[in-house]
Amino acid sequence: MAVFTVPNIKLSGISSCVPKQIQDNKNFSLLSENERELFIKTVGIRFRRVAEEGVTASDLCVAAAEKLVTDLNWSRDEIKILVFITQTPDYLIPNTSSILQEKLKLSKSCMAFDVNLGCSGYVYGLSLVSSLLQNMIGGKALLLVGDISTRTISMQDKSTAPLFSDAGTATALEFSLNHNIHFNLQTDGKEFDDIIIPDGGYRNPVSTKSFEVKKYDGGNLRNNLDMKLDGLKIFNFALREVAPNINALLKEKGIEKSTVDFFVFHQANLLMLESVRKKLQVEAEKVPYCLYDYGNTSSATVPLTMVVKLRELLISQKLNLLLSGFGVGLSWGSVYIETEKIICSELIEL
Amino acid sequence: MQLEDFIQKFAECFHQTEPSSIQANTRYRELEEWGSMMALIVIAMIDADFGKTVTAEDLKSANTVAELFEVVKNK
Repeated sequence: MAVFTVPNIKLSGISSCVPKQIQDNKNFSLLSENERELFIKTVGIRFRRVAEEGVTASDLCVAAAEKLVTDLNWSRDEIKILVFITQTPDYLIPNTSSILQEKLKLSKSCMAFDVNLGCSGYVYGLSLVSSLLQNMIGGKALLLVGDISTRTISMQDKSTAPLFSDAGTATALEFSLNHNIHFNLQTDGKEFDDIIIPDGGYRNPVSTKSFEVKKYDGGNLRNNLDMKLDGLKIFNFALREVAPNINALLKEKGIEKSTVDFFVFHQANLLMLESVRKKLQVEAEKVPYCLYDYGNTSSATVPLTMVVKLRELLISQKLNLLLSGFGVGLSWGSVYIETEKIICSELIEL
Repeated sequence: MQLEDFIQKFAECFHQTEPSSIQANTRYRELEEWGSMMALIVIAMIDADFGKTVTAEDLKSANTVAELFEVVKNK
């Protein structure tokens, strides 16, 4: 297991942006009324935010970053690192982070790159940015994480359509002595095709066949440019891997579970997360959920949950947080981080 | 782990189906309420109450509740 500590890094601020447009799973006609009720109760997702045509994940992240940089009163010249984590970039080429560097008016003395990760992306992003920052005394960084997964799914596929939602987030990190962050990151590529868009990359380039709509289990319809998600396999994966990953991190770093104020999970599925919570033997009030109102926003779920559910506490007191992301890849990880009266901007709607 | 206990916990997973209609020889995949959501609920129940992980293949390989019990027992 990749368990490690990055010293001298502080999380200074966080912000999130969601599209204004709301879809209600109570109106999802592919499911019967009973099925809709069971879905909302079990999976826990009622409302989903859907980006308008022409709005990308980077647009949502720009709105989040603009607000955060203003609220932090940071000079843009001080920002030396920009990392954009997404699976829905603006273009295949070039990297979206360069476009973001320009849009945010950051200096040319700023490294910028994209990372293709989804559900685990926020935790991985924190590890990357903090590792880069630790040798940069006085350095400041922006971690932008977001996806517009609603563009990647077939609305005729019950296994994905009622799950996904769009959001963009920004997190500010800076060099700061005596602040340590602990990570446990893992990967298992054996099941890489449990969540996949089969065509459109260079293994299976787009062809006319990519657009052929096929019928799958349960009558679900999708083509090879739509996301396929094997819900039961991902459910098994989460039950098998998430709690041991978190327990190993806490044990290795000598952190008592009872001292963690909140466990913020990737907002995938309420039944799955409640199963993980019970395995961890953590009280319900320590596990915030925002998936009823905001769905599964892919890489953005963890920071979005922090903004929506923990904002008042984040800005007013010291918190010990355990954040955990898991899914596509398969890739998963957890991070233990202490925050103290950070800047947490109000949720932005675009 | 007893079959009776398993059947009771299995029946409690359902919302629309009368619990008494679920017996050892019930072919659960033929129940009207059965679907992918019920599969998730059953997997979570078996994980929580019996400490065993069953897969989608396990749920497909067993026909009756008793057969599923055997699959779980042998894990």
